[in-house]
This record gives sequence, structure tokens and C-alpha cells, in this order.
Amino acid sequence: MRNYKNVIAAYSIMIFLIILVGIFQSWSIALTILNYCLISAVMTIGANIQWGYAGLINFGIMGYTALGGLAVVLVSVEPVKKAWQVGGLNILACIWIIVAIIFVVKFILNRFDKSKLRNYSVASVILGGIILLRITAAPGIEAIESVDPAKTGFLGGMGLPVLFSWIIGALLAGSLAFVIGKIALGLRADYLAIATLLIAEIIVSIIKHEEWLARGVKNVIGLKRPAPYEIDLQTSEWFINLVTKFNSSKLNLINSISDKQEALNQMVIDASSVYVKLCFTGLFLTVVIILLIVTQKALYSPWGRKMRAIRDNEEAASAMGKNIVKEHLLIFILGSAIVGLAGAMMVTNDGLFTPGSYRPMRYTFVIWVMVIVGGTGNNFGAILGGFVVWFLWVEAAPIALFLINLFTSHLPETNAVRVHLIESAPYFRFLVIGIGLLLIMRYRPQGIIPEKIIKQ
Amino acid sequence: MDFLNAIIVLFNFTVIPALAYGSQLALGAIFVTLIYAVLRFANFATGDMMSFGTMFAVILTYYFQSLGFGLGVLPTALLTIPFAILMMILYMLIIDKFVFSYYRIKKSPPVQFAMVSVGVMFVTQALIRIIIGPSDRRFLDGEKFIIKATEFKEMTGLAEGITLKSTQAITIIVTLIVVSIMFWFLNRTKTGTSMRAYSDNEDLALLSGIDPKRVVLITWVIAGILATIGGVLYGLDKSYRPFVYFNNMLPIFAAAIVGGIGNPFGAFLGGYVIAFAEIFVTYAYKRFISYLLPEHLEPDSLLQLLSTDYKFAVSFSILVIVLLIRPSGIFKGKVI
Repeated sequence: MRNYKNVIAAYSIMIFLIILVGIFQSWSIALTILNYCLISAVMTIGANIQWGYAGLINFGIMGYTALGGLAVVLVSVEPVKKAWQVGGLNILACIWIIVAIIFVVKFILNRFDKSKLRNYSVASVILGGIILLRITAAPGIEAIESVDPAKTGFLGGMGLPVLFSWIIGALLAGSLAFVIGKIALGLRADYLAIATLLIAEIIVSIIKHEEWLARGVKNVIGLKRPAPYEIDLQTSEWFINLVTKFNSSKLNLINSISDKQEALNQMVIDASSVYVKLCFTGLFLTVVIILLIVTQKALYSPWGRKMRAIRDNEEAASAMGKNIVKEHLLIFILGSAIVGLAGAMMVTNDGLFTPGSYRPMRYTFVIWVMVIVGGTGNNFGAILGGFVVWFLWVEAAPIALFLINLFTSHLPETNAVRVHLIESAPYFRFLVIGIGLLLIMRYRPQGIIPEKIIKQ
Repeated sequence: MDFLNAIIVLFNFTVIPALAYGSQLALGAIFVTLIYAVLRFANFATGDMMSFGTMFAVILTYYFQSLGFGLGVLPTALLTIPFAILMMILYMLIIDKFVFSYYRIKKSPPVQFAMVSVGVMFVTQALIRIIIGPSDRRFLDGEKFIIKATEFKEMTGLAEGITLKSTQAITIIVTLIVVSIMFWFLNRTKTGTSMRAYSDNEDLALLSGIDPKRVVLITWVIAGILATIGGVLYGLDKSYRPFVYFNNMLPIFAAAIVGGIGNPFGAFLGGYVIAFAEIFVTYAYKRFISYLLPEHLEPDSLLQLLSTDYKFAVSFSILVIVLLIRPSGIFKGKVI
């Protein structure tokens, strides 16, 4: 039991901090932070599987997150029938061409021995295929993008329930990871980091600029939700009754009826946003708990031991007959799929898909800081890292503002230094995260909650 | 005549910009490769370190302008580069003393170094944004053009003109000077040779009496010079915006790896490979072709291989191909 003491303590402090935000700022903000903490936790579980279990360094988290987000659009948005009519055929033809290219390349690679001729023929097949693709796709894309460009201008999705897209997001990210893993996993650690970082950038730039796919930088807004809408709640009888019941003591203090009605209205509006966020919290919490149980089981299973053995000494594990390439690929796919799931959850939570907002700073490096700070190789640690770092990331600015005001209070309001510092308060988050990472790396390299090896 | 026009179109819209952009990338790539060869880690703070040095140049440029100093037709920023370099080296040495040296003495694996450099990246980025803010700044003054398109047309009587911005000329000239001095230093001086020895085989170098502290110090000094000059040249040519500098890290990495990481000459050429590839693949060849073909064969489409949105993607794809076919880079890496 002693081992769990610091885990429980760390989590209690975290919950306490979020409650503090609820009391001092507002419950709506606290729940928003909590939801994002949970999403970050899913991402860190994914990254932790790759880094903590297997020692694979994947700086491409941004790419999988974006792909998960794309899945939400592709699954939940209603199909744009007119776009399919004008350009669907070209797009389908393109998919067949891509499949054909892959098969031809595979055939050449399998059939012929390694030679210069083979390399050139593979290159020419790919190049010819790309030119053919462009010729086939160009008229279709143009037609699709001109269908009501202000509102649609893309193919739309399948019109399925949005929760389904979480699975599809994971599958998409997993299959991309299969391709990338095949290409890049043989590389040395720091090469792998750079390669995945750049590949993620390619993926995001494709999502950004292929407008027929998901409107690109024009964004998709008003996505479906697995939770009720605030407007519906505010007009429904049972919800208003519920709010009245909860706040009856406060309402009874108000005498005039019109004031009472006004106060109730305000309460209903506040409560509806809190209620919606609570619904999301419930969903996300379920996902986190399921993932936690599964990953914990996996970690202490023979499979988990095998992964750790490979991580700690590849040669020895290889000598014992473990297939390192296969295991690395598998864990790369699993981790990426979980990150894809998190990406889909995030877009569902926001209700909008903005490819322009995917930047490596926020979606790759911050997630890595979470894993390192929380505790590599320990799922509880990784989740805690997600909570702590996200909390700091959001709350660093208000705290910095408070401190700046405190320390410069003796200066006049118009003092240049003071004004400049107050203006730059939002950037203190980078400083906090950076210094936090450096301190943890230096004085507690195993993270807040270190990896625990249970002797079995 | 048409043939000449076609060549000039190509020259004006691809070769000149690619040479300038390639020079900027090359300086950054040599910086990455030098750190990798001597200190043995991939420095993820590259872009932000370049940005940090440039920031001093920008601030000093504004200060000098307010004092009325200047170089006439040349940009004032050139005058501020030595001061900016000094500040940059100071910053790098402080970072090295308090952050990197601990891991170097402990002989940590390169992955840990990379993560530490991510921490340095965050801190540097915060400092930049707190000191100068995230907005877009232009700090170019002096003469803007060396050759204007209209003047060129009048001079030669051709239908197409060549525009040569002064920043492009300065970039190319300064890069050539800096890089040649650096190669002279690495290959001909005793200190340079000791650096190469240290990079090649640390233990043997220590055995033959090379002082590791001195080697590290000199590496940071050279890195500071390269980072600041590269950053300032990029800022003069385009504009100074911290976020863009962070993103520039990616093609710079691509250039360093394509050239063979750890090999400065490879990195130098890698910069140009990446720049030319980016610009040649995303350039619309319509105007070029229409000069060469008879009129009735003129193409309808833009004849663009990929739209300019995929500029970065091109360089990254080249990187992926190089990693697949020849992971050690075009020019064998891992030695200075």
C-alpha cells in the first residue's frame, strides 16, 4: 500500500487544484480544463506506450492527432450529395490508382533482385502514378470545391454517429503508423525523432491544403456531439426544474418575481454549459479508465515484460528469439492508434475541426513534456503528467499575471516595463513548461511517479 | 531571343530565390551538424536559437536607427551582427554551463540530450516572446534592389527582367565568406583539427591531449556565429517572426540529414539541395515553356508539379527518400 501513497497524494493535489479553479474562476472553466486534461491523458498513454514500454521516440504525435480529428469529419458530417455527384467518381478512381501503384511497386520489389534497374523502375512507376493521379483528380477536385464553397465545397462524411468516429480515428492513425513504421522504424533514435516530426508535418500540410477532403484551412464547424446542446437544455422542462431544485435556497432569498426569473435564467444558462461539459467528462473518463485498465494489464503481462526486455537490451532480447522489428512495429501502431483516438475526442469536444491549429509545439512537444514529467513507463505517471502539464499550460498565464502585478505594484500603472510584462503574460507558459522539463530531467529523470518493476 | 527570355524567367523566379534561401538553410544546417558532430545530439532548439540571435540584431537595429547610425545603402543590421553574435554566444555558453554540460559529463544517451534541447527550446521561445513579442517585424533599411526588372529590361531589350534584391546578394556573399572561413578554420588550423579529432573519436582525442572544454567552447562560438548570421540573413530577406523561425528548424534538419549529418560540407550542399528542390518542384513552368514552344502549342495549365502549399512537404519527402535509400546522407556523414 505504501507504493500507492504518493500516487494518491499526487492525484488528490491535482483534483484539489482543479476544484480551486472552480471556486476562484468558474466551474465551467474548471471543467474545460478537466476535459482537456483527460484528453491529454489519453495522448500521454499513447506516447507512453511507445516511449515508456518500448523506448521508441515518436515526435509525430501531431500528425496522428490531426488524423483522428479528420476521422470525426469523415465519419460524422452528413455527405454532400452534390459534391459526390460532380466529383466522387474521380476521387474513387484515384483511390484505385493508389492501390494499383502500391501493388505494382510491391510486385516489382518482390519479383526482381536488388539492382539499379529495379530502383529506377520503382521510381518511374511512382512518378508516373502521381502524374496520372493529378490528371484524374484535377477536374473532380475543382468541381467538388466549387459546390457551395462558403458552406461545403468538400465531400462531406458518412453521416454516422460521432462516437463511431473515435474508433475510426484510432484505426486511421494506426494504419498510418503501420506505413510510417515500415519506413522509419529502422532508424536510430534521434533520426527517428526527426523523421517522424517531419512526416507529421507532411500529413498536416495535406489535411490543410486538400480542401475537397475536409475544407482545409476553411475549417469544419458545427460537428455532431455525443452530448445534448445547451440551447435544447435551456428550453427543456426537466432541466429547469433540476436547476431550481439545486438553487432553491438561493432563489428563496430573492423577493421580487421578475428578479427571481432573471436569476433563474442566468442559473439555467450557466448550469447548461456545466451539464454539457459534465457529459463530456463522463465519456472521457470512461475512455481513460478503460485504457488505463488495458494498458496496466498489458504492462504486467508476459507481453509487457517482453517489451521492457527489448527496450532495455535489444541484442539480448533478439538473442532470446524475440522479433524486435515486429514488436516495435506493433507498439508503434498501438500507441499511434491511441493518440488518434485522443485527436478524435478533442475535435468532438471542440465541435470544430481547424487544421490550421495543428502545430508541433502544442501537439508534439507539450505531449512529450507530459510523458517525461509524469513518469516514463508508468501509466499513472503519464496520466498525471497530462494533468499537471495541461493545468500549468492553461493556468500559467493567469498566475503569471497575478505575480507580475504583485511584484510591480510599486511601479506606476504606465511604467513601460510593467505594461510590457503584463502584455507578455501569456508567454510565461512556455517558460514554466521549459524550466519544469529541465528541472525534472535534471533532478528526477524518472518523472514524478517513476516506473515500478513488480517482481513476478 | 525566346530562348534567352525563357532562361531569364527561370533564373529570376527559381535560381536566385533558391540560392538565397539555400544559403540561409545551409548556415542553419551547418550549425545543426556541428552540434551533432561535436556534442553528439540533435538540437531541437536550433530554430529558436537562430531566432534568439536575430532578436538582438533587430533590437540593436532599432536602437542604432534611433541614434542615426547606419551603413548608407547597406542595411544597418549588418552593423549589429557582431554584437548580436556576442550576446548569442553568451546565451549559448550559459545554457551549456547550466544545462548541457551536466549530461555531457554523465555521458547520457543522445535521446536524453534531444529531450533536454526541447526544454531549452521552450525556454528560449518564452524569452524571445517576452522580450520582443511574437509579431512580425521588418528591419531592413538601405537600398532594396540592386537590379530592378524594369532597368534590366531597358538595358538588354529583353521581354523578361531579372530582379536582384540587395538582401539576396548580401545573403549569398556573406554565406560564402562565412562558410569559407569556417572550412579554412576546420581544415587548416590546429584548433579545427583538434575539433575534428574530437568528433571522430573522443577517447583517442582525449588521449592525445586535446582539451574537451576548449573544443566544446569553440563549437558553441562557431555555432553562435552561424546561428546569428543565418537568422539575421533570413530575417532581412523575409521578415523576423519567432514562429516562422521555429518552423524553419524542420527544413534545416532535412538539409543537415540529406547532406549527411555530422558532415559540414554535406550540410552546406544539403541546404541548397533542399532549397532548389522546394522551389523547382513548386514552380509553375507555364511562362518558361511558353517561350520555348511555338504559339499554338502553348499549355493551358500552370504546369506546376505541386502547389506552393506543399513547399515544406517536398523537402521532407526528400528527407524520407534519403533516409530510406541512404541513411548516412548523400555525402557520408558522422565525421567533421
